[in-house]
Amino acid sequence: MTDTPSTGQRAELARPHAAPEKRGTPDDRPGTPAAGPAPRATPPGLAGADALLGTDTTRFRHDYLEVRGLRVEFDGFVAVRDVDLTVTQGDLRFLIGPNGAGKTTLIDAVTGLVRATGSAAFGGSELLGRTTHRIARAGVGRTFQTASVFEELTVLQNLDIAAGARRRPLTLLRRRTTTPPAVEQALETVGLTAQRDLPAGVLAHGQKQWLEIGMLLVQDAHLLLLDEPVAGMTQAEREETGQLLRRIGSQRVVVVVEHDMEFLRSFADSVTVMHQGRVLAEGTVAEVQNDPAVVEVYLGTPAEPAGDVPAGTVPAGTVPADAAPADAAPADAATREGEPR
Amino acid sequence: MTVPTALLRPGRTRTLAAFGLATVLLLLAPAVLSPFRLDLLAKFLCLAMVAVGIGLAWGRGGLLTLGQGVYFGLGGYLMAMHLKLADAGPGGVPDFMLLYGTGQVPGWWEPLRSPVAAIGLILLVPAVVAGLLGWAVFTRRVRGAYFAILSQALAAAFAILLIGQQQTTGGTNGLNGFRAFFGYDLADPANKQMLYLIAAAVLLVMIAVVRGLTASRFGELLVAVRDQEDRVRFLGYDPALVKVVAYVVAAVMAAVGGALFVPVVGIISPADVGVVPSIGFLIGVAIGGRATLLGPVLGSIAVSWAQTSISEQFPSGWIYFQGALFILVVAFLPGGLASVTGLLPRRRSAPAHDDGGTGTEPGTGLAAEGNRA
Repeated sequence: MTDTPSTGQRAELARPHAAPEKRGTPDDRPGTPAAGPAPRATPPGLAGADALLGTDTTRFRHDYLEVRGLRVEFDGFVAVRDVDLTVTQGDLRFLIGPNGAGKTTLIDAVTGLVRATGSAAFGGSELLGRTTHRIARAGVGRTFQTASVFEELTVLQNLDIAAGARRRPLTLLRRRTTTPPAVEQALETVGLTAQRDLPAGVLAHGQKQWLEIGMLLVQDAHLLLLDEPVAGMTQAEREETGQLLRRIGSQRVVVVVEHDMEFLRSFADSVTVMHQGRVLAEGTVAEVQNDPAVVEVYLGTPAEPAGDVPAGTVPAGTVPADAAPADAAPADAATREGEPR
Repeated sequence: MTVPTALLRPGRTRTLAAFGLATVLLLLAPAVLSPFRLDLLAKFLCLAMVAVGIGLAWGRGGLLTLGQGVYFGLGGYLMAMHLKLADAGPGGVPDFMLLYGTGQVPGWWEPLRSPVAAIGLILLVPAVVAGLLGWAVFTRRVRGAYFAILSQALAAAFAILLIGQQQTTGGTNGLNGFRAFFGYDLADPANKQMLYLIAAAVLLVMIAVVRGLTASRFGELLVAVRDQEDRVRFLGYDPALVKVVAYVVAAVMAAVGGALFVPVVGIISPADVGVVPSIGFLIGVAIGGRATLLGPVLGSIAVSWAQTSISEQFPSGWIYFQGALFILVVAFLPGGLASVTGLLPRRRSAPAHDDGGTGTEPGTGLAAEGNRA
């Protein structure tokens, strides 16, 4: 009998799904015959991912991200306050929360894009106060909400640049004569081998996001902060991305900001819910879903502005029936939740 | 989309052919042109050197350098000071100092008596100035229009400084009346022809250097910094460093152009280094096509040539013509005249065509072709 409210909660949690779904149309450009219409033929080679990840895991084996008392303030507005967060290797952590909850700001703070107080350490070294490129060199990689790749450069050049932050000046001044093995592997892993010589600008939206993940892999990042990695992807692409992230998560520290609840239920090991700059709840998917505070935030209180729900959507009470996305299979998700991790 | 990519890695044979053609044309010029016209061409080539550097910094790196006159002037004045000292003989005092100054050579002029030191300083001073300035500006993430305004203000300040120091820099008159260039009499047409050939050779070398840089990993990184600076930062690079390198290269090229301009034209004055000439350098690059290899060079030479011929016909008409041309190009051809080729219907074969550049992956072109089919 407890089934009914739980389904309701799940449906509520699924509401934000509407947002990414809206821009789900791949960013195809009809004028570019080679890349646009052709779907990614090669499924991502997880074997390739293994080869990439297999290198140099011992060094970071016991690394974890430890955020303590993090606070970000913009001209008096506190975007993130007193956030404590610990993410270990092998724990694929999802970060959720309504818009304005401070998820992206948290990532910005950890990667040095905004000034923050408190502490954020990875691999035993403090990240706050360092410049962004030094944080990146310490093994922290991130993606952005909007896929940001170098559009005029080819897929291969994008990956080659990502692989080269530790190159010496003389190597940089030379022409690329061979493809680094890691780049070759990454091309295969993200299924872009056939598109390697195309400008990244003509790739479909999902492909651009795959390219970004590939760039993180060759960058040799050991803490990966992904901001909505599956936005705009098809169901099949989401599945592949999830498998890849799970594979990466077993060897690296991965934090995923995501609105897609179906994706979260399928792949999250643990979830941190943020609300108005604070950590509201933390735990497994089931724990978080049954947390009354989380339910309240997602159901929406008068104090909470529309949140993730786009303006003009139906009122909260009627949402469950309408807003459950077509591809979200609650029964399937429920069985997944029961699975032991 | 195909044009920039194709130009990122042009086929080797095509490039060699273009270089060969340019060399032949430049070698033929002395036989065809009168000494007066040849002198003008040499001057245009010196100005084109500045354009090559701007093509790298602006076209590739997105640095809108509105103040290249500063580096052109640094190179030019250093060369002019050396020539004045050389003309005055060992221990001598340049003529204008006797007229306006104390009749004593200031201490900071003295190192330029040596030709070797002069050449070294012509390369070193602009590089150090551009390096320090670039580092200060780019690490503070000054970019876009703010950088353009800053660099232009610098050009204005430099010109004002030169005018104010008449005793040591010649003031508004600048430095002129050079008799010899490293011992060669500048009145001799054969030596002027030699100067022309030096300028042509230096320009070709510069184009080759920029081409090498563009095709290198650094060139790819520079484009990446231009388009997505933050992304580059998150990959572990310091974009400021990448920009500084491009800026310094452009500055040194401008300085070398200025240094050769002096013996070719016979005068350097604040009017050659201020705001107006700094913008003039940019216009040629914009008209030719800033993101291409040869666009800036050809654009710069074409604009210089048009300026001369139109000024001969309509002495005050050039400035209007220049403005109109600039507006037309910016409004209708943002890629410059070089992008016209991309607008013409032609084989659309970007990926297969690109392979000539590296030749490492013969299968790639076919794969792309197959994908398209």
